[in-house]
Amino acid sequence: MKFSTLKRHFKEGARNTWRNGWMTIASIGAVTTTLILVGVFLVLMLNLNHIANELEDDVQIKALIEVTAEESDVDQLEENINNINGIESIDFSTKEEELENLIDSMGEQGQAWGLYEQDNPLNDVFIVKAEDPLETERIAAEIEEFDFIYRVNYGQEYVDTLFKFNEYARNVGLVLIAALVFTAIFLISNTIKITILARKKEIGIMKLVGATNNFIRWPFFVEGMFLGVLGSVIPIAVILIGYYFLTQNMAILQQFNFVTILDFYPFALQISLIIVGIGASIGVWGSLMSVRKFLKV
Amino acid sequence: MIKMQEVYMTYPNGVVALNGVDVTIEQGEFVYIVGHSGAGKSTFTKMLFREEVPTKGSVVVNNTDITTLKWKEVPYFRRNIGVVYQDFRLLPKLTVYENIAFALEVIEESPKNIRKRVMSVLDQVGLKNKARFIPDELSGGEQQRVAIARAMVNHPSLLIADEPTGNLDPETSWEIMRILEEINASGTTILMATHSKEIVNTVKKRVIAMEDGMIVRDEHRGEYGYEV
Repeated sequence: MKFSTLKRHFKEGARNTWRNGWMTIASIGAVTTTLILVGVFLVLMLNLNHIANELEDDVQIKALIEVTAEESDVDQLEENINNINGIESIDFSTKEEELENLIDSMGEQGQAWGLYEQDNPLNDVFIVKAEDPLETERIAAEIEEFDFIYRVNYGQEYVDTLFKFNEYARNVGLVLIAALVFTAIFLISNTIKITILARKKEIGIMKLVGATNNFIRWPFFVEGMFLGVLGSVIPIAVILIGYYFLTQNMAILQQFNFVTILDFYPFALQISLIIVGIGASIGVWGSLMSVRKFLKV
Repeated sequence: MIKMQEVYMTYPNGVVALNGVDVTIEQGEFVYIVGHSGAGKSTFTKMLFREEVPTKGSVVVNNTDITTLKWKEVPYFRRNIGVVYQDFRLLPKLTVYENIAFALEVIEESPKNIRKRVMSVLDQVGLKNKARFIPDELSGGEQQRVAIARAMVNHPSLLIADEPTGNLDPETSWEIMRILEEINASGTTILMATHSKEIVNTVKKRVIAMEDGMIVRDEHRGEYGYEV
């Protein structure tokens, strides 16, 4: 295609976008609504994912060793655990270290536990991490079978619930986003269909003087893209501002070592690009869908 | 130039538009197609630029058989044919100049050439001084001249005019006829469907008369032959 032709298509597309007035605003409104919802969902989903991954990484198995175990038994045990498939790391922690951790984690109140330093009721433990956090349950079960294991802790219920919730949230989010995108495409294609009807005469003349279908299609393609991109401006602004405030407030929470969310940069940039991309695709797809019918020779 | 053989055309609703048409038209001819409404004139002319495809038979225009033409080739085929309608079919929001330039833009002519050719064809139809007007500011005759200019700007070898004077008063009609004759004199084949007895009987040309989808009369320097 010649550059002058491309320029013409863009000029034509822009002019049509402008000329269609209220229809343009209606289409942009549809895209805007969709993209705000899609954007909020994406932000929620990606952060949930992030939090889940973080928590998953924190999941570890504490294998409490019987107090009666000799040093050689402990060595044998370590070797056995190491032989299990899918182990990322194994650390040994003495009961003294365990008590210290416990006291530290409880702050002021923990001082009371100091009394136990002379007669420590805790066990030595192996702290085991799985390569894939989803394997935790299986590995824990295997460790539990070994001799000299008193008990295995990994917060079963907590971990299982987290995994289930994660998967559930992901699926629901994806289905909702797909439904929203579909609705927006339908709305745009209907809007452009109306504008095409208004330009039926023009298309007829174009065909009469020998315009190719691609040539006729281009301005509509450009118009759809404009509608999509214009429709993504407000959603991006809303999400950038909203997320900025969220990260500012989370920063305060994070001081208390709660869950973290994704940093503003580069996440905000990525999400903006995704939103523009989805907007433009919705617009282009919608417009091409409606033009198709009018181009049958 | 144009060769129709055993052409039949039945619309999906069962209406028989053409019922065995055989005709040959040579390059440079000026032909009137006459006949009552519904006699098949429109279908006949539409086939020449492949707006319609026959249900049976062959239609060859400019050595191209439209029945075997791939739809992707149709636009290129049409660039060699100009079409003018009774209702002008100009774009109301564009100026005269833009309306004609439009026909060249869509076939991706260079801006420099577009300017040159539009001005030249405007000169040919005598509307150079009205280039910046929009169609509504022109008389019917002038609008039809713009439509002719748009059809001619590609230098087509065939010009199809479907009742070009149908909406015009007699005086303006003669003006359009004079322009069409000039175009014909430069070698372009002209096919004109018309209901104007006066024109057919005054500007003598070949006359093809149609009835019930068939050619019932084909004579050189013919008469209109129907009572109006």
